[in-house]
Amino acid sequence: MAQPSSCAQSSNGVADESPNMLVYRKMEDIIARMQDEKNGIPIRTVKSFLSKIPSVFSGSDIVQWMQKNLNIEDQVEALHLGTLMAAHGYFFPISDHVLTLKEDGTFYRFQTPYFWPSNCWEPENTDYAVYLCKRTMQNKARLELADYEAESLARLQRAFARKWEFIFMQAEAQAKVDKKRDKIERKILDSQERAFWDVHRPVPGCVNTTEADIKKSSRMKQPHKTRKIQHCQEQLDRHRLKMSKVAESLLSFAEQYLEYDPFFTTPEPSNPWISDDVTSWELEACKEAGQQRVKRWAFCFDEVMKDPVGREQFLKFLESEFSSENLRFWLAVQELKKRPIREVPTRVQEIWEEFLAPGAPSAINVDSRSYDKTTQNIKDPGRYAFQDAQEHIYKLMKSDSYSRFIRSSAYQELLQAKKKKSKNLF
Amino acid sequence: MAAQPSDTLATLKTESETLKTKLEEERAKLHDVELHQVAEKTEALGQFVMKTRRTLKGHGNKVLCLDWCKDKRRIVSSSQDGKVIVWDAFTTNKEHAVTMPCTWVMACAYAPSGCAVACGGLDNKCSVYPLSLDKNENLAAKKKSVAMHTNYLSACCFTNSDMQILTSSGDGTCALWDVESGQMLQSFHGHAADVLCLDLAPSETGNTFVSGGCDKKSCVWDMRTGQCVQSFETHESDINSVRYYPSGDAFASGSDDATCRLYDLRADREVAIYSKESIIFGASSVDFSLSGRLLFGGYNDYTINVWDVLKGTRVSILFGHENRVSTLRVSPDGTAFCSGSWDHTLRIWA
Repeated sequence: MAQPSSCAQSSNGVADESPNMLVYRKMEDIIARMQDEKNGIPIRTVKSFLSKIPSVFSGSDIVQWMQKNLNIEDQVEALHLGTLMAAHGYFFPISDHVLTLKEDGTFYRFQTPYFWPSNCWEPENTDYAVYLCKRTMQNKARLELADYEAESLARLQRAFARKWEFIFMQAEAQAKVDKKRDKIERKILDSQERAFWDVHRPVPGCVNTTEADIKKSSRMKQPHKTRKIQHCQEQLDRHRLKMSKVAESLLSFAEQYLEYDPFFTTPEPSNPWISDDVTSWELEACKEAGQQRVKRWAFCFDEVMKDPVGREQFLKFLESEFSSENLRFWLAVQELKKRPIREVPTRVQEIWEEFLAPGAPSAINVDSRSYDKTTQNIKDPGRYAFQDAQEHIYKLMKSDSYSRFIRSSAYQELLQAKKKKSKNLF
Repeated sequence: MAAQPSDTLATLKTESETLKTKLEEERAKLHDVELHQVAEKTEALGQFVMKTRRTLKGHGNKVLCLDWCKDKRRIVSSSQDGKVIVWDAFTTNKEHAVTMPCTWVMACAYAPSGCAVACGGLDNKCSVYPLSLDKNENLAAKKKSVAMHTNYLSACCFTNSDMQILTSSGDGTCALWDVESGQMLQSFHGHAADVLCLDLAPSETGNTFVSGGCDKKSCVWDMRTGQCVQSFETHESDINSVRYYPSGDAFASGSDDATCRLYDLRADREVAIYSKESIIFGASSVDFSLSGRLLFGGYNDYTINVWDVLKGTRVSILFGHENRVSTLRVSPDGTAFCSGSWDHTLRIWA
């Protein structure tokens, strides 16, 4: 059989690991523990009819061991992990091509490290052909080909018609070597070899666990150096918050939004995915904001700005205070950042004329520093020309107008409004 | 005497290591308590009933990526066989299908307007397809090539408009593109290997995004300047997925090291690890529930683990997929999440 392949060394001497290697190692650690003489799974030889079944353990042995030694409370979970380990070929049912784990008296055997997936064998079809051919030469009931294997053999015979003689010779040679082995040893090796092929040429319908994510297979072989030193120096002076403060903040955010999280609080009247009823979506879409939605606007300024209805109400309020130009400027700049690059210079000019130029119809009030910077920026207009001004206006609205909005009678009325007239939709 | 190149390299390396240690010390100074300790006062979560509510069948090969439409019910998904499908997940009807000229379409995204989708993969490009109401119209004809990288496209997403796309690539960079002209507006260099994932900050004023890569690093970027403003390196293997916590103050990452981790931007450190002895396969994809209390993780062992973000414990394990879970997204209104798998299907869970 062909030699193990793709665990090659790259030019700087670091082993170029196959993408699945990390998981193989972890499974192998578990296997090592399972095979431990003192604390592992008891392996035994079972007498059956006229023969002996060497070196086996039962499915329930595996599950029990896993639950006890891997901290798994749930049997279903243990079965699932065990099935995965079987599917990767680390142990296998001795009488089945399908590699799953069953929690019963079914017998399993460990795979020999020679056949472990971590060796990165990538067996060719010619190897498989030799193997199937060899099986047909051996006159044992337990080695009879399954239907899918017979079909594979037929296909391979057609594909390799020209070199079949060579394949046949190899199969003969291997069969000869096998005959010389001790009977018990043969039983074990035959089953292990079969399990190897069950991993690399799985039963149709079964997952091929050797498949790799192409992103990992085509990763860059020469990772490049980055400017770590400069970056680290810049990071040192960062202002950081204490963990206790941060933890409180994360907790209070989650708590505040729990009533809006459909996984905790069922939406009114129901979750469409569960009830098949889209009413809650229709209610969301209509212009009248329900009480729960209005309540959110008081959580923070961002909530008002995120919600189109919230923005509308806030704009109305600002109009009543004769400061709507602030919000309109902010919205215009947001819109500017979303335009194709081609339209930017024109839009910048329009915004400048409307809000900032001397004599502007909707003049906004920004600090002199931002104003000067903006004046400079518009000479070479880009998407971020108004960044400083926009930040200043945002802070102004947040610290000043927003709190008044939340205390305003207009907002309070919306908050008190009962859930009304939703029946009018029909 | 001329300085030997090896001297300079060694000196630089030492300086780099020293700075790194110093940075870790600074971060550690404010580590006065663990998140799960503070979370002890919160009520424990009860049992959740989460079931598959819809199964979307139609892809002929591994599903690699999915994205929700803002309308909360449509989904775009892409697959190894080059197909990109737009579904009305609620009815399970397929509404559009496009065949890409390449296989392994690893990234796809829905435009905010709902009128277009973007996708790409082994072709190293990100292309935008406008979605026509006319079912007979050949979508492929209207295709617009936007982004060009020098290696595979691993992720893409629209910023707050249909006019700009953010991409990440196996070439180690991220980039921001103007859709109409295809012009690159900003590029982001800093990862030392393939960038596998990205996520935009949820804030209205936000101008940042986070990325994760094969260099085990996650980086927060300023979209305006192209600078990396924060980075974290605590994972032990590739970072396959990054997602912001709904407040925008933190983000979670899922990695081949079989853990998910939470990083807080204000504390500038990792604040939680979500792992179990029995979870040995990599996490391919993560997303938060609307309140941020739950973290859903899709794993390479075919399962989905649901984590209590604050307490750090696992709340639920969901079985159903018959091969790796490769992609997972919570719907825009948080009523469900969708998982895509190498078993060719997508499942909606609620």
